[in-house]
Amino acid sequence: MSDIERLGYDVVVIGAGGSGLRAAIEARLSGKRTAVISKSLFGKAHTVMAEGGAAAAMGNVNPNDNWRVHFRDTMRGGKFLNNWRMAELHAQEAPDRVWELEAWGALFDRTPDGKISQRNFGGHEYPRLAHVGDRTGLEMIRTLQQKVVALQQEDAREHGDPEAMIKIFAETTITRLVRDGERIAGAFGYFRDTGGFVLFEAPAIILATGGIGKTFKVTSNSWEYTGDGHALALLAGATLLNMEFVQFHPTHMVWPLSVAGLLVTESVRGDGGVLRNSEGKRFMFGYVPDVFRAMYAETEAEADRWYTDPEHNRRPPELLPRDEVARSIRAEVKAGRGSPHGGVFLDVSSRLPAEVILRKLPSMYHQFKELADVDITKEPMEVGPAQHYVMGGVEVDPDTAVSHVPGLFAAGEVTGGMHGSNRLGGNSLSDLVVFGRRAGMGAVAYLDSLGAGRPRASDADLAAAQAEALAPLQRAGGENPYTVHAEVQQTMSDLVGIIRREEEIKAALAELENLRERAALVSAAGGTAYNPGWHLALDLRNMVLIAECVAQAALERQESRGGHTRDDFPQMSAQWRKVNLICSLDGDRVALRRQPMAPMRADLMALFERDELAKYYTDEELPPAPAAAPAEESH
Amino acid sequence: MASTTVTLRVWRGDAGQGELTEYQVLANEGEVVLDILHRLQATQAGDLAVRWNCKAGKCGSCSMEINGRPRLACMTRMNLFEPGEPITLTPIRTFPVIRDLVTDVSFNYAKAMEIPSFTPDPAVKPGEFRMQQADVQRSQEFRKCIECFLCQNVCHVIRDHPENERAFAGPRFLMRVAELEMHPADTADRREIAQEDFGLGFCNITKCCTEVCPENIKITDNALIPMKERVVGRKYDPLVWLGSKISRRPHHDTPAVPGQRS
Repeated sequence: MSDIERLGYDVVVIGAGGSGLRAAIEARLSGKRTAVISKSLFGKAHTVMAEGGAAAAMGNVNPNDNWRVHFRDTMRGGKFLNNWRMAELHAQEAPDRVWELEAWGALFDRTPDGKISQRNFGGHEYPRLAHVGDRTGLEMIRTLQQKVVALQQEDAREHGDPEAMIKIFAETTITRLVRDGERIAGAFGYFRDTGGFVLFEAPAIILATGGIGKTFKVTSNSWEYTGDGHALALLAGATLLNMEFVQFHPTHMVWPLSVAGLLVTESVRGDGGVLRNSEGKRFMFGYVPDVFRAMYAETEAEADRWYTDPEHNRRPPELLPRDEVARSIRAEVKAGRGSPHGGVFLDVSSRLPAEVILRKLPSMYHQFKELADVDITKEPMEVGPAQHYVMGGVEVDPDTAVSHVPGLFAAGEVTGGMHGSNRLGGNSLSDLVVFGRRAGMGAVAYLDSLGAGRPRASDADLAAAQAEALAPLQRAGGENPYTVHAEVQQTMSDLVGIIRREEEIKAALAELENLRERAALVSAAGGTAYNPGWHLALDLRNMVLIAECVAQAALERQESRGGHTRDDFPQMSAQWRKVNLICSLDGDRVALRRQPMAPMRADLMALFERDELAKYYTDEELPPAPAAAPAEESH
Repeated sequence: MASTTVTLRVWRGDAGQGELTEYQVLANEGEVVLDILHRLQATQAGDLAVRWNCKAGKCGSCSMEINGRPRLACMTRMNLFEPGEPITLTPIRTFPVIRDLVTDVSFNYAKAMEIPSFTPDPAVKPGEFRMQQADVQRSQEFRKCIECFLCQNVCHVIRDHPENERAFAGPRFLMRVAELEMHPADTADRREIAQEDFGLGFCNITKCCTEVCPENIKITDNALIPMKERVVGRKYDPLVWLGSKISRRPHHDTPAVPGQRS
């Protein structure tokens, strides 16, 4: 194993998107030597694709907003399955994290009085999303990237080497975490350009790898989203929480096929766009579920008044949480009222003047014009749901972001709990920076508690990791990894997609069993230098493993809630609300168990009306009903 | 759905040498060049090196030269080409090839590190910044940059003159200097180093950078020319000189970041 390069760090962050960079900045600010590992080039991570904004209750546009309102909205959006402590921390800390980005150079759009402007989004009671047109994710990643550079410039002055304290390893993939006993000892992987192997020796590792979209066929996610962090955590002995909850964002391009799955930001609806079916009807008025009925407009006239007078009108149903809108679109298409290419119409052209559309939605204009020859200032868009996000992920402590494995931390989309069964738009970008920072702090505290003896990776583990990574190149005559990947995607999209049934999920599990064996036997032609076929062959292990977790959890949960809809169990169940589903590895098999949800703290419970809680909770969980007013003795 | 077979000539090789290899690949209606490359990888050339990420024109990874023109493969639609016309795909020329269509763009990251970072007034605390939309809009245009480096690739100052690389940061990073100079909350003065260290004077405004920008940023008109005016104004205009003495900008120039050039 002399051909494995060894690099020593205090903290290794896997992933260079919003949460990874924020975590790395925190570790470096605390004086820890930090490495950031990125599958892509620096500044290209999936965060760049986020469009709408970062939700933070700054109250710049509506002064009634505060963290309690944001907390309530987040819990409602997640149908009360959220880890309430994470939702609390997130709502409380998001404004500071957004202001911090501004102090690092981010240029958000402004209010007339010069503050950060905030826009409306689905499920948020007030305008809450700090944004830059429809390219907020790019602004966030560039700001964090440039903050890293600013720190490196400080280090150049102080140490004579810009990379003395924080270094980015671009185009590098981790295939295994290695442990010393229970504790994390390092991360093994390869440099994508040469194929050279590397061991990052570090007692603290932060997973910030994002999601699992590439296990599905139609997804807005980039190639990087192969569930690496989810799988690495499982393989290292950590647990995954509620993997059945997968978000199908309601609006993506459906045509041309080549761009099916390309995101159409929720801002289109937040800024006034409406959904119509082939009959020209605003169908969302017919799909407002009971739990939300009191909060949404019942007529088009009221909905339209809301944009200018939100105090006296209720919001349009196009701004229901994403799971509701996605299911409604699917139902319209199924009923034969869809658009020519199997979606519905999203129209902003009849709602806003062209120059406003160009200013507020420049990327959307560009995207439709360039890729579909559609001018969104003149005609409606055709849109439909696609896989967008995974709510499930690594089970972590809310305050420190540590998993069940000492030294292993996680932040961002790779974690579970924060968003419950469904994430609100805008809560992801704020999640990244809130919990990225917390993971950095958690890792620093862990390092400070370690003392002198550092965990060490064993030679046997390294040899095994290297052999596993080389196998697809050395194996002749195996299957093409691209073929197996396409079948994993087809299986998940067909059988464990937006609407699920027991027989289909069972069929998916049987198929995944087969695909697992095939994935283990693929061959990659070519050498180790920048070989995408080899890279995909290695990513397959992760995708199949995570697909199995999603399918198993989806089979177990016999109710419909948020990003998990069972055709055979269409109701939401108060009994199931108390249950978290936990995936772990038993040998090389996925094991699933139920784990009770910790009861919400009383002061947070008190932020809701009892009537609202009663829609989600069992009677025993509810606070005692207020004593009924004494009946009048006479009328 | 209309499917056709297209002829791709793809540059295959590494830093040492390479050649164009011809492939016949299926293309469907509405597809972009990156779709065809993905189909080529999946069916005929599993190890073909292509750098890409979002396939949505937002990350700037899949820069290459398509029939000699610098473009993003994910935003280049197949209906741009005449039916039957062979499509030649080569790596971006200014930077060294790693393998096939992937180049080593580390030059750009090194230049990014030389530019003095955002320098706000330390007295302004997070949450206290007040800026008008009209004032942030100029820098916001430059912050649309997805760092595809097509402007860096096409700029003739370095495209055929590697000897200029040390003294010239390229359009993307001169624009970064302009962005910080126009940032309403920034206090540093990068005008002298724009000229001396980053080679603003090399630019003779041929606008090639603007032409290839997939984000349609007016790099030359809105960043480079105004920056040149600021540099000149500072040097020769006594009123500007006096203004700089009494403004909040420091009296001395902000130096380039040390330790960056070996």
